[in-house]
Amino acid sequence: MELCDLSAHELSLLLRQRRVSAVEVLESCLQRISQVDGRPGSLEPGAPQPEDAERVHAFITLTAERARAQAETVDRRLAAGEPVGLLAGIPFTVKDIFCVKGTPSTAGSRILANFVAPYTATPVARLEAAGALMLGKVNLDEFTYGSSNESSAFRPTPRNPWKLDRVPGGSSGGSTASVAAGEAPLSLGTDTAGSIRQPAAFCGVVGVKPTYGRVSRYGLIAFGSSLDCPGPIARNVVDAALMLQVIAGPDPHDSTAANLPVPDYLAALEEGVRGLRIGLSPDYFRITFPDAVRGEYDQQPIPGEIEAAVRRAADILADLGAEIVENVPMPNTRYGIPAYFVISRVEAASNLHRYDGVKYGYRTPQPVQDLHEMYRKTRNEGFGLQPKLRILMGMYVSAAQYSAQYYQRALRVRTLIRRDFEQAFDPQGKYRLHALLTPTTPTTAFPVGAVYGDSVLMQYADQLTVPANHAGIPGISIPAGLDHEGLPIGIQFLGPDFSEALLLRIARAFERATEEASWRRARPEVLQRLVA
Amino acid sequence: MPAETITPETFDHLVRLAALELDEAQAEYLRRELNRQLSAIHELEAIPLDDSVPITSHGVPYPPEICPPLREDAWQPFPDVAEILDQAPQVEEGYVVVPDIPHTTLE
Repeated sequence: MELCDLSAHELSLLLRQRRVSAVEVLESCLQRISQVDGRPGSLEPGAPQPEDAERVHAFITLTAERARAQAETVDRRLAAGEPVGLLAGIPFTVKDIFCVKGTPSTAGSRILANFVAPYTATPVARLEAAGALMLGKVNLDEFTYGSSNESSAFRPTPRNPWKLDRVPGGSSGGSTASVAAGEAPLSLGTDTAGSIRQPAAFCGVVGVKPTYGRVSRYGLIAFGSSLDCPGPIARNVVDAALMLQVIAGPDPHDSTAANLPVPDYLAALEEGVRGLRIGLSPDYFRITFPDAVRGEYDQQPIPGEIEAAVRRAADILADLGAEIVENVPMPNTRYGIPAYFVISRVEAASNLHRYDGVKYGYRTPQPVQDLHEMYRKTRNEGFGLQPKLRILMGMYVSAAQYSAQYYQRALRVRTLIRRDFEQAFDPQGKYRLHALLTPTTPTTAFPVGAVYGDSVLMQYADQLTVPANHAGIPGISIPAGLDHEGLPIGIQFLGPDFSEALLLRIARAFERATEEASWRRARPEVLQRLVA
Repeated sequence: MPAETITPETFDHLVRLAALELDEAQAEYLRRELNRQLSAIHELEAIPLDDSVPITSHGVPYPPEICPPLREDAWQPFPDVAEILDQAPQVEEGYVVVPDIPHTTLE
């Protein structure tokens, strides 16, 4: 066990007791990165190399010197007995969809590969102000469009530290891979349909999608502006709570950042679940997806071992005093993906019109006749297939003649999805839930190359996470066991608006109750190899 | 397989509107995936929606008490304008330079 394998709160204690220095913590993380990460993602990776398949490849840009300067400042302050921030000396990675002043901020796309952000996103600025050390920018699906990290223009793309022939999930796959591999205890991700929770489940770490508006989006390169939520990724619930504490809150730079005080997420963390009502819904134990050949819908139960992990968690919470409420109807869950196919594409197309080769980013080097040809060539060369697909779909479903059929309808279906949650959480209603307990994903991590290219199947990886984005409510995914191949299984707690403190408390109760479980002793493949 | 909604003609029109240029392989993949996604989207049409179901443009309601107050409409200069201009592919004397803009001369 190295320093880089300790949690943020353990490191924080050691730093404050001056038993280790921030520079030592940083060096330990840098050492781990050099051992397991391999070559960083690049636009010109050349031929695949045999060792590529043996490495994590979380990073696009390592900012070791920036982190070292921050670490030295923290060490000076600690030595002088000066006050330091909540995350002083704790390294973190940043999904490369956030602008950070002076760093390439690429969105995993050729069209922004040369963009050096002139300002810093609010959540990153808050982490640095709290003394955290920014280690670098990590890979993601291009513009966050994917659930596997395979669509990034920066290659090699990240792999799952638990089993290197599996995807880490996405789109915050570089973030969750970096945390699972011990490269950093914390990472900042974003969740538009499940992009924090799904890769957290695949990589066996904790991921929080806060309530929409709880964390500022200032400096986040936009995908679906009514859905995007920045949030923490960590190896345990306490660390996730610490990180959320730092990044949450109102922001004059983001008019959608809710003007609500941030509660103390740590204060009630250990208070347990006695008396809390936690629901299970049959609508989260099956998935509905279109059959590509017949064009009809198939319904399948989720794999037995994933359902079993959820039910085991419910039993544990019941033993701790929670009341488990079975058979909570969430009938509109199945419409989450079709509605998302419409809403997110309209918002994505709108947000992608700004990339035109004029003000920043890539411009075609080819000779052109006029401005319009420059636009077309720039966008064709700069965007990968997934952004192009989203632009075209967004324009189609929002076109005047189709808007009522598609876009307006999808926004009304969104109301139905929101109502499912309002009814489940209504304090005067039939179910009066404090939280809903569900699987995070319909499968564990799938093999690299198994799904990529099939844009419909890839999207259905988010079926159990996307309803929370439509509804705006918070969710947390935590590890809850391993499948027969030794791959992590994630479970998810969903709660009413701004109920993060309660969700963290429930997740923490489960975490404590399973501290001694045998599956918690399993280690990712990349870390086992280090020992061997 | 249901009939194709996005025909090659509709697709070409969308590509022009989106200011894209695609080679044949890309066009074939994208048009196929668009039609497959539309098949998934068609599931929405079967949902009974009466007129009382309003639109939700974002999930969390923003009552006035949690809406941030509007800022004073005051000029806040960016500390280093050069840093922004440095990101433009072509700049001359503080102006962003672009290729010829198609235009017609009014008589």
